[in-house]
Amino acid sequence: MDYYLQIISNIGIFITLTLSLNLINGYCGQFSLGHAGFWGVGAYASAIYGVYFALPVDPMINMLISISVGFSAAALCGLLIGVPCLRLKGDYLAIATIGFSEILRIIIMHTESVGGPRGFTNIPKWTNSFWVWGIVILTTIFMLNLKRSAFGRAIISIREDEVASETMGINLFRFKLFSFIIGAGIAGIAGALVAHDQQFLHPNNFNFMWSVCILVMVILGGQGSVSGSIVGAIILTLLPEILKLIGSDISVWRMSIYSALMIILMLTRPQGIFGPHEIFEKKRFAKKLQKGAA
Amino acid sequence: MSQDTIYFFWDCLQYLINGIAQGSLYAMVALGYTMVYGIIRLVNFAHGEFLMMGAFCGYFALKFNLPMPVAIIASMLGAGIVALIVERLIYRPIRGEGRIPALITAIGASMFFQYTGQLVFGADPKTVRPVFTEVVYNFGEVNVSNIQIFIFFLTIFILIFLWWLTHYTRIGVAMRAASYNLKAAELMGINTNRIIAFTFFLGASLAGLAGILMGYTMSVEPMMGLSLGLKAFVAAVVGGIGIIPGAALGGYIIGIAENMVSGLYKSSWRDGVSFFILIIILLVRPGGILGKNSKEKV
Amino acid sequence: MSLLSIKNVTMKFGGLTAVRDVSFEVGPTDLIAVIGPNGAGKTTLFNTITGIYTPTEGSVTLDGSPINTKKASDITKLGIARTFQNIRLFNNLSVIDNLKIARHTRIQYSFFDGIFKTKKYKVEEAAIIEESIRLLKLFGLEDKKDLLAKNLPYGAQRKLEMARALATKPKLLLLDEPAAGMNPTETKELSNLIHFIREEFKIAIILIEHDMNLVMQIAEKIFVLDYGNLIASGSAKEVQSNPKVIEAYLGAEIDVEAH
Repeated sequence: MDYYLQIISNIGIFITLTLSLNLINGYCGQFSLGHAGFWGVGAYASAIYGVYFALPVDPMINMLISISVGFSAAALCGLLIGVPCLRLKGDYLAIATIGFSEILRIIIMHTESVGGPRGFTNIPKWTNSFWVWGIVILTTIFMLNLKRSAFGRAIISIREDEVASETMGINLFRFKLFSFIIGAGIAGIAGALVAHDQQFLHPNNFNFMWSVCILVMVILGGQGSVSGSIVGAIILTLLPEILKLIGSDISVWRMSIYSALMIILMLTRPQGIFGPHEIFEKKRFAKKLQKGAA
Repeated sequence: MSQDTIYFFWDCLQYLINGIAQGSLYAMVALGYTMVYGIIRLVNFAHGEFLMMGAFCGYFALKFNLPMPVAIIASMLGAGIVALIVERLIYRPIRGEGRIPALITAIGASMFFQYTGQLVFGADPKTVRPVFTEVVYNFGEVNVSNIQIFIFFLTIFILIFLWWLTHYTRIGVAMRAASYNLKAAELMGINTNRIIAFTFFLGASLAGLAGILMGYTMSVEPMMGLSLGLKAFVAAVVGGIGIIPGAALGGYIIGIAENMVSGLYKSSWRDGVSFFILIIILLVRPGGILGKNSKEKV
Repeated sequence: MSLLSIKNVTMKFGGLTAVRDVSFEVGPTDLIAVIGPNGAGKTTLFNTITGIYTPTEGSVTLDGSPINTKKASDITKLGIARTFQNIRLFNNLSVIDNLKIARHTRIQYSFFDGIFKTKKYKVEEAAIIEESIRLLKLFGLEDKKDLLAKNLPYGAQRKLEMARALATKPKLLLLDEPAAGMNPTETKELSNLIHFIREEFKIAIILIEHDMNLVMQIAEKIFVLDYGNLIASGSAKEVQSNPKVIEAYLGAEIDVEAH
C-alpha cells in the first residue's frame, strides 16, 4: 500500500515539475536543460529549513514555510542564472543551463552541512497527499489562467517569433526572465515536496539525467499544453513501474527500454501527444480546421 | 627564491604537462562534436558513447591477443560504424523536425548505449591488457611518459590531417561547403547525406581512438562516455563550436585547467572547473573563443 | 509640427555603412514611400526607426521626444508599428490571438487580475475581443478568426500582419514591401486598403515598395535611397524626372515603368 501511495505522490511531484518547465520551455520557448538544478536547490533549501530552522509549530505551518523557502531559493537562483543566460538563444542557452545546474550540484556535493556526497538525512516528514495534490491543482490553475491572460499571451508570442513579439511592444527580456523565475520557483516547490516526502536527498538525484527526464515529460505531452504536461508526467512516472511489473527488476533493462521509447517517440510524434493544445479544446479545434478548409 | 617556491613551479609545470596530455584527448573527442555541429547544428550527445563503443572494440581486440595497431584500427572502425548506423537509423529521419526533437533523440541514443552497454558488457570497469610498457622520462622534477608524448604528437598529426582534408580533398571541401549552407551545398550537386554520414564516421573514429587511448591509461566501462563526452563537448563550446581549431584549443584549455585545479586546489573540483569555464565563456563570448557573434537578420 | 523627424541618421555594421546621413520629416497624416534598389538600406532604415537597431549616429524623434536609444518594445508603446518584408506572424496561434497580443501595451489589468480572473480582467478581455473582431471585419478576416495564422492564404497573411500592426494603436505605420508576391488585382486592392487605413485611423504611413505603379499611384512623397544615401525626395513627378534617380535606379528599372 505504501508503495502505491509513494508512486501517487511521485506523480504529483512530477506533474508540478513538468508544468513548471512547460512555462519556460513550452510557453516561452526557452530551451532549458538544467531544470533539475532548480528542483534540487528548492529541495535542499527547504530541507535546511526542516533540519536546522524548523519552528515548534504545527507541521502544516512548517510545511507552508518550507514551501515558501523552497520557492524563494529556487526563484532567486532562477533570477541569478536568468539575468546573464537569457541573452543566449537555442542550443547555447541549453548548454549554459546544463553548466549552471551541474555547478549547483557540485556546490551541494561539497557542502558538508547538507551531507555533501553522503546525502542529506533526517529531513522531517511533512509532505502528504493534501500538499502534493493541493500544489498540483494550484499550479494547474495558475498555468491555465496565465495562458489566457495578456501576460501569458505575451510569453507565448516570444516562443512564436521574438522579433515580431518585440514590435508588439513586449519587453522580451522581462517576460523571459519572468518565466524563468516563476518556472524555477515552482520547481523549487516540487523540491520542497520531495524533500519532506523522501526525507533523504542526494545531489545525484538532481543531475543532468533528471533535467532530461522532466523535459521528455513536457515534450511527450506537447510543449505549451497544460493537459499535455500532466499526461506526460503521469505516463513517464508510471512507465518504469509498469516495466517493473512486466519483467525483471533490473533497473538497467528499464533504462534501456525507456531510452529506446524516447527515441521512438521523437521519430513518430515529435510534437507530443497534444501539440500545443489542451484536451478540451481539441475537438472544437478540429472542427474549426475543417470549417476553415472548406 | 625559497625551496617551496621552486617546488611550486615544478609542480605547476608537471600539471601543465599532464593537462596537455589530457587536453589532447579532449581535443580528439571535441573534434567530432564540432564537425557534426558545424554541418547539421546538432549537439550529438551520443558522441561520448561512440567513444565508449570504440574503446570496447579495442579492448576486445587486445583481449584476443591482437597487436596494438590492430586494436587502434578496430576502435576507430568500431566507433565509426556505430556512428554510421545511428546516423542512418535515428538522426537522418529526425533531421528537419527542429532542434529539440533532435536533441532529445541524441540524449535518448546516448542513454540507450550506456544502459545496453551495461547489460552486454557488465557495469564493472575493465583493465586493458598492457601491450607496451610505460616509460617515464625525468626532466628535472618533471615526469613525462612515452604515452603522453605519443598522444600529444598524435593529436598534432590529426589536426594537420584534418586541415589537409578540409582544404585539399573533394570530400573535405564539400564538408566545408555543407557547413556554410547545407541547402545550397545540396543544390550545387553535393550529396549531403553522404557528407553528413562521412562527418559522423570521421568524428566517431577520432572518438574511438581517444577511447582506446583513454582506456589504455585508465580502464574501459559502459559509462565512460558520459563525463568524457560532456567535457569534450564543453571544450568544443569553449573553443567555438563548429570551428575545428576551436575544438583543439578548447580541449587544451579544459585539460590544463582541470589538472591545475585538481593539483593545486582539490581534486574533487576537477569536474566543476570545466563548467565554470563554460559559463564564463558563454557569458563573455557566446560564440566561443574563436567564434564570431552574428546578428540576426530582420 | 512633424510627427517623426530623422536627423543625420547613420547605421554602420562593422565596415559597412548601410544608411548614411539620412534626414527627413514625416507629418501626422503623410503617406510616404521609400524606394531604392535592393540593398539600398531601406529595411535597415526601418529597423533604426523601430529600435531593432540603434543608429550609430544621428537622432530619431517622435512627437518631439528622442526615440533612437529606446528599445523596440518601448517605441511600439509610443506609437510606431510595422510589418515585415518576410511576414512574421505568430504562426501557431489563431488569427484573433495574433491581434490580442498586439494589444499588449494597452493592457490596464494587473498580473494578479489575470491569474485570479477578476472582474476587471473579464471586462477588459471582452473589450479586447470586441475591438479585435471589429478590426478583423475591416480587413475582411472575421470569418477566419479561429484559424491558425500559418494556415491563412498568403494575401490574408499580409492583411493580418497589417491589422496586427494597427491593433497596437500606432500614430505611424511602417509597411515593408506590402505588395511583395501579390498579383496586379491584389496590389490594386492593397492600394485601396492603404488609403482606407489612413482615412480610417488618421495615421501617417511609410512604405517600402518595389512596385513602382503602386508607389507612384499612392505616395504623396517619395524618398529615394541608394547605397545608404538619400539621393532624392519629392512628389512622384519630381522624383521621376530627377536625373540622379534615373541614373541610380529608374534607369535600371525603366521596363517596369512601361507596364
